[in-house]
Amino acid sequence: METTITESRETLTAGTSMDETQGLTYPRIECKNINVSYGDKQAIFDISLPIPDRSVTALIGPSGCGKSTFLRCLNRMNDTIESCKVTGEIIMDGENINDPDIDPVLLRSRVGMVFQKPNPFPKSIFDNIAYGPRIHGLAETREDLDEMVEKSLRRAGLWEEVKDRLSSPGNSLSGGQQQRLCIARAIAVRPEVILMDEPCSALDPVATARIEELIDELRKRYCIVIVTHSMQQAARVSQRTAFFHLGELVEMGETDQIFTNPRERRTEDYITGRFG
Amino acid sequence: MTDAAPAPFRNEKALKRLKKRRAADTRFRFYGMSAIAFALAALSLLIVSILSQAISAATYHVVRYDVVLDPAVIAPAGKDKPADVARNIDGFYNLLRSNLLQTFPDVQGNRLETRELGDLLTRLAVLPVAKSVAANPTQIGQEMTIKVPLNDDLDLYLKGAVSPEARLKLGTVEQGTETAPGRVTLSGPNAFKGLQSLISAQRAEVGDAVDARSILVTSGPATGRVVSMSANSLEMDLLTGSAADYQGARPLARVIALPEAQRNVSDDQIAWTLALKDMGRISRVPHFSLLTHTDSTYPELAGALAAIVGSLLTMLVTAFIAIPVGIFASVYLEEFAPRNRLTEIIEVNINNLAAVPSIVFGLLGAAVFLGFFGLPRSAPLVGGLVLALLTLPTIIIASRAALKSVPPSIRAAALGVGASKMQSVFHHVLPVAGPGIFTGAILGMARALGETAPLLLIGMVAFVADVPGGPTDESTALPVLVYSWATHAERAWEPMTAAVIVILLMFLITMNGIVVFLRRRFERRW
Ligand SMILES: Nc1ncnc2c1ncn2[C@@H]1O[C@H](COP(=O)(O)OP(=O)(O)OP(=O)(O)O)[C@@H](O)[C@H]1O
Ligand SMILES: [Mg+2]
Repeated sequence: METTITESRETLTAGTSMDETQGLTYPRIECKNINVSYGDKQAIFDISLPIPDRSVTALIGPSGCGKSTFLRCLNRMNDTIESCKVTGEIIMDGENINDPDIDPVLLRSRVGMVFQKPNPFPKSIFDNIAYGPRIHGLAETREDLDEMVEKSLRRAGLWEEVKDRLSSPGNSLSGGQQQRLCIARAIAVRPEVILMDEPCSALDPVATARIEELIDELRKRYCIVIVTHSMQQAARVSQRTAFFHLGELVEMGETDQIFTNPRERRTEDYITGRFG
Repeated sequence: MTDAAPAPFRNEKALKRLKKRRAADTRFRFYGMSAIAFALAALSLLIVSILSQAISAATYHVVRYDVVLDPAVIAPAGKDKPADVARNIDGFYNLLRSNLLQTFPDVQGNRLETRELGDLLTRLAVLPVAKSVAANPTQIGQEMTIKVPLNDDLDLYLKGAVSPEARLKLGTVEQGTETAPGRVTLSGPNAFKGLQSLISAQRAEVGDAVDARSILVTSGPATGRVVSMSANSLEMDLLTGSAADYQGARPLARVIALPEAQRNVSDDQIAWTLALKDMGRISRVPHFSLLTHTDSTYPELAGALAAIVGSLLTMLVTAFIAIPVGIFASVYLEEFAPRNRLTEIIEVNINNLAAVPSIVFGLLGAAVFLGFFGLPRSAPLVGGLVLALLTLPTIIIASRAALKSVPPSIRAAALGVGASKMQSVFHHVLPVAGPGIFTGAILGMARALGETAPLLLIGMVAFVADVPGGPTDESTALPVLVYSWATHAERAWEPMTAAVIVILLMFLITMNGIVVFLRRRFERRW
């Protein structure tokens, strides 16, 4: 465990330097004054948060503080919850994706999501990955599709384990493999942003380490937002961290700064484990 | 780690609790098993009783007639076109009847006996023969072997269902002499001693009622009814055959428990039937006509074909309406409809509809489909519509349950990769819910298949002599046929009814088999 952390720290430093050259401040997504309520109950209060491209943003905070709710705003998954109302602007590539005119289906093909619990389709491993490309018409030929599936699985670090059993059901994989399958499924549609809601909450340290490596690798091309309950994980994989508490954004900043030198008292209490 | 004593797992209180819990477990298991045993016992009782009744309808007796198709009888001048021949039931009936009269010339001149002999043959039974001859007129004038079902009561007699009967092989008859016309005396040393003791045993049991019992003594084609006997000689009325048939033989005696006056079959008829059997003209064959004939007033001619086809047509109409409508309604309600007052009311009402007695749907069908829309009475179309209304709530409820059981995470997963709502429902939710939906649909159909009451009300109980050719033809259905056959008085209908029930059960078992197959084949894990 110790060694993993040290290693990750190293990659993290390397990553940071790269981000600096690319300009960490350029926000891919700019959230302005987001308010979310479920019926009468407001879950998120006036959150404004820029999310930079080609880096990992971690959302941390105690349970029930609205991390998942916020994450779901970014690909309009909250639309599927009937009682949920979202107001505010979410500017992505110059457009307000929270506008009713924006097609959420198109948006979701560009903003992929990995859910807290692995949820493969009850279909074969191949079809799990191929489904997205198929409905979006990304593959012209069967060979294209095969290649896409292989590439996605390779990048999710799952190819070696499943290449001989692509036709067996996705649910026959272990929990960690399923989660990687879901990641492969998400990247197969070539999204520009990937949202991950506690992707490692059900995984053992080895699988977690794999997925963290993967995130680190994905960050070179994608804009990633990850919700996590593990401070170490946030520290290991993210470049920026946002701390939520009771539906409010308490503090955000460079991960190093948040963990070593938080500005807010609540943040410090939380990351040092004094509450939450 | 510590030197504290380990917690005493085996302390007295814990043991007591454990014992109690184990006893409760055992009790519960016992209740469960006895409930299952009871259900199984009831089910097997039902099946055994129906099967044992139906089995006797699985075969029946046919009589062979070797006749010359005399054109003068079956195709007289002026009525010799194939269409006329096909309709000439009287001609064919007379042809076969005179063959019987020739076989038993003794009845000549006795009107009662002539009529009774004619009853061995049901008049309408010659219809298929007439049709086949009409279709192939070159047979007219030729010799032909015709097989026609035996009268249903005699069929039952041969199957042993008319009356209990004691049989006994007698001793060797040395001499049979005709003492007066129709009166024969058999003699042989101690030949009839066994019969005498059988009769006295019966007398001890039932008293003088035994005197009313017919004792028939049969040897080859001859049968006589005993008038009096001693150990060495026996006097009887010869019903058929001749005294010579007994000479040197060991006749078979039958003591029929039910007196002749209380039976539908007379001693004479029994004697003729036994004689025909002795001649090898009666054979027991599988009762295929149960599946190939339509309804008839004569049980030996009746079949369930019209009802089977009627049921199939009705089910087709029901399936074509109830399954798609049910699936679309449930998909809409479960996946697309907003949750509000209106959908709540709809939901409650669907559940209420499922509990409405089926006869109410029949009334509704009669009023709406027959009265208002003026659709034809007794038609599978109307029956199917009514049954569709009846099954719709069942299908909707089952389908919604199946859709509800699809984990929401699958829907989220589909939406998450950029599938539209429609795509997520049709690509992911429906395939997963499919087996459940089909189970519901087929169980609903199975319920509809067994429904009688609504069909009675829309007139599907009519006597239908023709196989319906389409959904608007007059028709009946299997459960209705069961109902109408079960209300007939004649004994012979009982096994026939049971046989139709078996056919109905076969349909149900097939449908449930499909359900099991679908479940096995498509059941998914997640
Ligand atoms: N579908 C819903 N309907 C009503 N209220 C909801 C719904 N989902 C979330 N909430 C409420 O919104 C608040 C924020 O929930 P959210 O799921 O975003 O928390 P979270 O930070 O992701 O917590 P956790 O770390 O436990 O996953 C909670 O108070 C929760 O009760
Ligand atoms: Mg959450």
